[in-house]
Formats: sequence, structure tokens, C-alpha cells
Amino acid sequence: MTPDFAVVTRGSRTNQVIRAVGELLITLGVVVFLFIGYELWFTGLYTAQAQTDLKHQLAASWASPAPAPSASPTLTASGGPAPSGVPIASAPAVAHVTLPGDAIGIIRIPHLGANYGYAIVEGVSTDDLKKGPGHYPGTADPGGIGNFVISGHRTTYLAPFNGLGDLVVGDAIVIETRDTYYTYRVTNTASVLPTDIGVALPVPGEPRAKPTHALITLTTCNPKYSASHRLIISGLLESALPKSAGLPPALTGA
Amino acid sequence: MYGWLWRKLPGGYAGKIGGCVALCLAALALLFFVVFPWVEPRLPWNEVTVNSPSIEQTVAPSSPSALPS
Repeated sequence: MTPDFAVVTRGSRTNQVIRAVGELLITLGVVVFLFIGYELWFTGLYTAQAQTDLKHQLAASWASPAPAPSASPTLTASGGPAPSGVPIASAPAVAHVTLPGDAIGIIRIPHLGANYGYAIVEGVSTDDLKKGPGHYPGTADPGGIGNFVISGHRTTYLAPFNGLGDLVVGDAIVIETRDTYYTYRVTNTASVLPTDIGVALPVPGEPRAKPTHALITLTTCNPKYSASHRLIISGLLESALPKSAGLPPALTGA
Repeated sequence: MYGWLWRKLPGGYAGKIGGCVALCLAALALLFFVVFPWVEPRLPWNEVTVNSPSIEQTVAPSSPSALPS
């Protein structure tokens, strides 16, 4: 009952060894293909689930009363010096015990599609970034004076920052927090070395400078599927509109 | 290798097919849930951050706790 091929393929010792090596190599090739599939698609399943959870977390957190009667941010500044040394109180009224892995807001980029929206997590560890774009701890909060720095995967884990290479100067990046839509406009795109941490400084490239503008910086790997460089998208805060006033112009397509 | 496996699998033709499917599924599960997750962080192309251990110190002045809430 054994099919013929299982019998006729038996040969000399040498043949058997060659055959075993061949089968091993074919198997290895298949495994490598499977790994590509795992990286490009299977990892996305995890991120999709994590994003669903994070968005629920945000919705629940935003639906509950604000932690403090917030001085609702009404600044429409696109930067400008802080008046008389008073730091602009644009620190959003997020509950200020944000733990790594918690959602802090939603990033929307109209250029990448009307439905483009990812929950941003706090932290940029490997585990954090599996859940979605991550906010560098210690950098500015959304809309805050300084540099709001986010990193995200470009090809794996749902590839939230896949389309970053398509962004051009003037494109809108909207950060949705509990009370506010912060609209940034892209001011520059660049490819830098992975060690160039200057881009994440409050004033990029100037370690000692005191920040006066509310900036955003998105980083991801560049070129796609490579880790040789980082793609850097820089932006400047254009407006901070209360959510009670409806969608910001950048999201309504106006 | 595979020929040897085929001969060792019990249960006639149907049993051998079933055994093959079961072994394939087991191998896939092992790869996707154990091997690949272990290998992945050891490969470079998922690095998306600009990195230095000192970054938190460098940007500390704008840390959220330093701002009025």
C-alpha cells in the first residue's frame, strides 16, 4: 500500500545524503518565506487587536470626567515666545500618570486616508511599539511647547507609519486627545542616521536651546524594510481646537 | 528525510496523510508562536527609533512632570 515513490527514491548512501541535504535546504527556504509572512502580516494581527483595546481604553477614559477642571487649551499659537516667561499651559489634561503602554491619543493623517487613525501608546520599547506608534517618554505632550516625538513601525505590526514617505510639506498631522484636536503641518522631511538623536530634542539639533515652539516629530525606519536610516517628519503646531467645536478643518477636508 | 517520515507514519494512506497534516500544523505553530517571536527582536529591520540611552536625560526639561498640569 506504500506509494511507489517512497520506495523507488531509496538509493545509494551518497544519494540519500544528497537528498537529505536538498530536503533540508528546501525546508529552510519555506521557513524563510513563512517568516516573511509572519513579519508582514501575522504581526499585524497582534497590533490590530492591541489597537482595538487601546481605542476602547481611550474612549472609556475620555468618557469619564476629566481628572481636573482643565484650563481648556485655547491656544491657537503656531509657536511664538511664551508670554512673560509663563510657560504656555498647553499640557493637555490627560491623567498625568501615563504608564508605558497606555494610550495617550490618536494620530490622524488625512493625506494617508480619511480612515487613517492609530492610537498612540506611551513608550518606545519593543513591546510598546508592537501596539502602535509610541511617544518618547520625556518629550513634549501633544500640543506642548517642545518636541512631541512619535516612532512607529513602517512595514511590520500593521505598519502604521508605512505611508510616511508620501508626506510632503504642508500636510496635516492631527493629534486627538481628550479635549483637543492639535493640528500640525509638516515643515520638513529628512532621512537621518539612527544615532542622530538631535531630531528628538525640544529644539531639534540644538541641545541647549530653550524651546519656544510646539513641534512634532515622527520617526520610522528608512528605506522600507531596512534599518540603515530613519525617516524623520517634522511639523509645527498650527492650531489647537477644542473638540466641542467639532472636527478641525484638516479633518473635514476644508 | 521526508521519505523516512512517510514510511514511519502509521495508519495506512489516510493515516499518513493525517499524520502529515498534524505534523505540518505542529511545525507551523512552533514557528509562529515560539521561533519567530524569538528571532524577530534579534533582527535589525524593526528598529524605528533614534536611539541613545541618554535621550531621556537630554530631553528631560520638557518632561510632563516639569509642566504645570
